[in-house]
Amino acid sequence: MQLPYYPGCTLKNHAKHFEDSAIAAMERLDMPLVEMEDWVCCGTVFSMSSDDLMLQVASIRNLVRAEHQNLSELIVLCSMCYNTLRRASDFILSDPENLDKVRKFMYLEEKPFDGTVEILHLLSVLRDRIGWEELGRKVVRPLANLKVGGYYGCLLVRPEKYAIDDFEAPTIIEDLLGALGATASPYPYRLECCGAYQTVTNKDVTVQRTYELLNSARNAGCEAIVTSCPLCAFNLDQRQRETIEQFPDFDPMPVFYFTELMALAFGANWDPEWTKLHFVNPEPILRDKGLI
Amino acid sequence: MKNVPMVTVYIMGDAYKVPNDCTIVGAMEYAGLQLTTGVGCREGFCGACATLYREKGDYKLQSGLACQTVVTDGMYIAQIPFVPAEKPLYRLEELKPTVDTIKEFYPILFCCVACNTCTKSCPQDIQVMDYVQALIRGDIKRAAELSFDCIRCGLCALRCPAEIVQYNAAILARRLTGKYLLPESPDLVARVKEVREGKYGAELDELVKMDEKTLSKRYYAREIKIEP
Ligand code: SF4
Ligand code: SF4
Ligand code: FES
Repeated sequence: MQLPYYPGCTLKNHAKHFEDSAIAAMERLDMPLVEMEDWVCCGTVFSMSSDDLMLQVASIRNLVRAEHQNLSELIVLCSMCYNTLRRASDFILSDPENLDKVRKFMYLEEKPFDGTVEILHLLSVLRDRIGWEELGRKVVRPLANLKVGGYYGCLLVRPEKYAIDDFEAPTIIEDLLGALGATASPYPYRLECCGAYQTVTNKDVTVQRTYELLNSARNAGCEAIVTSCPLCAFNLDQRQRETIEQFPDFDPMPVFYFTELMALAFGANWDPEWTKLHFVNPEPILRDKGLI
Repeated sequence: MKNVPMVTVYIMGDAYKVPNDCTIVGAMEYAGLQLTTGVGCREGFCGACATLYREKGDYKLQSGLACQTVVTDGMYIAQIPFVPAEKPLYRLEELKPTVDTIKEFYPILFCCVACNTCTKSCPQDIQVMDYVQALIRGDIKRAAELSFDCIRCGLCALRCPAEIVQYNAAILARRLTGKYLLPESPDLVARVKEVREGKYGAELDELVKMDEKTLSKRYYAREIKIEP
């Protein structure tokens, strides 16, 4: 069964390893990801101000185009895109006046926006369509002895309505890691914000967050963490450069996309190009566990 | 003179009666205006004649090329003589065909809200928003392909709510594509070599010395060979 998916911009450049590893993993599960045509940026962040309709247009345009391409669902990998697309869709559909305005404004699209496309995060597809047991059976290279923490951040679980799992005590990432044969240790800070766009104007906030978050994971026994958001990955991985400078007691920790570990577990080989997109080199730990 | 039906158009706010089959450029000249700028080839190629207009009974502000758009009765017309647009300088040899290059020279592109107003305004029917979006995700080759027919009229940039200069970014995309992303064309390499060796020097000198009339005759008598 093919899954139509929406990549989002970052997966085409700085998070290319996120996309590549997801494609490799899903092929091995016989559920190949097929990229939708003519997609645009998701809008990057859901606009909270109700009169800012223009900022919802990008999200809605993807959904209209998916409708026109006869897609009934769209699988999203990036937490930010997932959250933005779902909230923009609901926001416009919840108010007939907004819906009417947006439809008028988009008169060049092949059809008016109806909101028929279901937006799903890949993690929930894995849980609900395949199931952890079945996934476990597909593992050919178990991530034995790898102690890794799941990092949710904000966008997979907040607001509650769009949470892909229990919004206060989710287990979906730990369940996946467990199915892949890893030891998943929950740690207190796994639902904390990474600092998000503070990274642009207020870098030190994200450096502080990285320090606290990764230490929280380490204290719970984790050797690495996984995420599903390129912005979280940027803050938690790339910002370790500054974290090392500012906190002499800090020990670097590799940050993976969950799909990288899936790809390995399902038998795909590690691509050295992926390493180049990490700040903290993940190869030593993978080698240590006999995974590459 | 045969009886041509006339229509009324409003050029920069003033009413004129003009033949119903003329283009906007034709209407302006018929009305007695002398165009010293904002028009060039008159054939839809140069992109100098960007125009904004509204048609009677239509709420949409439309845009087009004045030399290609035929007037309608009750049309309001504004001619745009020049579009100011930011154009950073760069050395192509020093660039890499990546999203970071795009970010460096056209950071404003990343403010695109995907409103598609640029596509609505493009007289060349280019999917302008889609090439902007391709650049945002670093698909430079796709941006080059999509923007290939751009004639740099500037209408997209005039209407963009995010103040983006789409067509200048598109040129960067096509340059990067030509230099780094397409296979080298052996014909081009051979021709450049010939030019460098002076093979066409004498012919060019002859043309330079020619008077205007002979030159024009030669131009229209030229043969265009399209090799398969
Ligand atoms: S892309 Fe912009 S500048 Fe180029 S032809 Fe279209 S409207 Fe004119
Ligand atoms: S008009 Fe500007 S903001 Fe709108 S889609 Fe085009 S480039 Fe993006
Ligand atoms: S005058 Fe050249 S395109 Fe209209």
